[in-house]
Amino acid sequence: MSLRPPDLAPGEVAALVARTSGRAAGDGIADVTYALVDSPVGRLVTVATKRGLARIAYELPNGGLDEILDQVAERLSPAIVEAPAALDGVRRELDEYFAGRRRDFGLELDWALVRSPFTKAVLQACARIPFGATSSYREMADAAGSPRAFRAAGSALGSNPLPIVVPCHRVLASGGGLGGYTGGLDTKRALLGIEGIGPAATLDA
Amino acid sequence: MSRLPPFQRLLEAHSDDVLRFLIASVGRHDADDAFQETFLSALRAYPRLPPGSNLRGWILTIAHHKAMDVHRGRGRRPVPVADPGEHAGRAGRVGAAGAPGRDPDHWDLVRALPQRQREVLTLRYVADLTHAEIATALGCSEEAARRAASDGLKNLRKDVTNVPATA
Repeated sequence: MSLRPPDLAPGEVAALVARTSGRAAGDGIADVTYALVDSPVGRLVTVATKRGLARIAYELPNGGLDEILDQVAERLSPAIVEAPAALDGVRRELDEYFAGRRRDFGLELDWALVRSPFTKAVLQACARIPFGATSSYREMADAAGSPRAFRAAGSALGSNPLPIVVPCHRVLASGGGLGGYTGGLDTKRALLGIEGIGPAATLDA
Repeated sequence: MSRLPPFQRLLEAHSDDVLRFLIASVGRHDADDAFQETFLSALRAYPRLPPGSNLRGWILTIAHHKAMDVHRGRGRRPVPVADPGEHAGRAGRVGAAGAPGRDPDHWDLVRALPQRQREVLTLRYVADLTHAEIATALGCSEEAARRAASDGLKNLRKDVTNVPATA
């Protein structure tokens, strides 16, 4: 007597997995949803909770999808599913930004991945820098109420879980140098270029 | 790493096994719904699962419970097991997906066996669980699981004449 496992049709399982993830997101069973978004500066991993967008990660500089999701699982919840539909609004606004058709993001944000009050104050100050403008690490420290803590402000911006939407690329070194960036300096230059900030303002010191 | 992996990874890693198991347990017609119910139930419980759990055994145990729900539901319906709609649906889909002249599907015969024998054979030959894992899933002794498997195979041989017995 031989009992072979039943055959599966090609694509059958992938379609069923997508339907299941979609229901998990739509019915609110998943705590966290994610979607991959292609962009001119490389693929982005976008992650949302029920409260809003919690993470945008440049896939490659951050160790790849698995490492990014492992960190989210550990710090927020492991109840994570891939659900492109749940992040449609995020994808649309990012697409518009990269196409030069959007200056401000209207997305709900979840700051759950930001633990320290100082970091949150710096990032919220950063979020107020308008499209096409720049600021300095010193000004960010000042806005967060600790004018002398500009190095700490730099670290806080470097830990920004929501790059692009919280525009830490608009923060440059005081001498006019480019400073650092979570997605790499080429990406920082590209984002500033989208906003009409040319190389004159972004010479690396 | 003993932390719980992101659920999506679990879903992708075990989806083939769970779907095969459910097709064998309840037939193709009901397998899609049972698959979704399995993973949605698992997701609800997932954040409270102790890290380091045997995730494959856990998810197949949930699939087994969903299969029992389907069988119980059929018990309350006027035509149990040999649901003509199910057979028509399966023939159509297998014809489209598989090669003609493939081995006959014995799982419909397995589905007609007594409950315990049906459960043990499906967990053993589709999910590839050990007798110890099956015993955990079914809440019986390992010896009982072995006996049910052996009785089930004996019953199947009585039913099936065109399948060579394998050693």
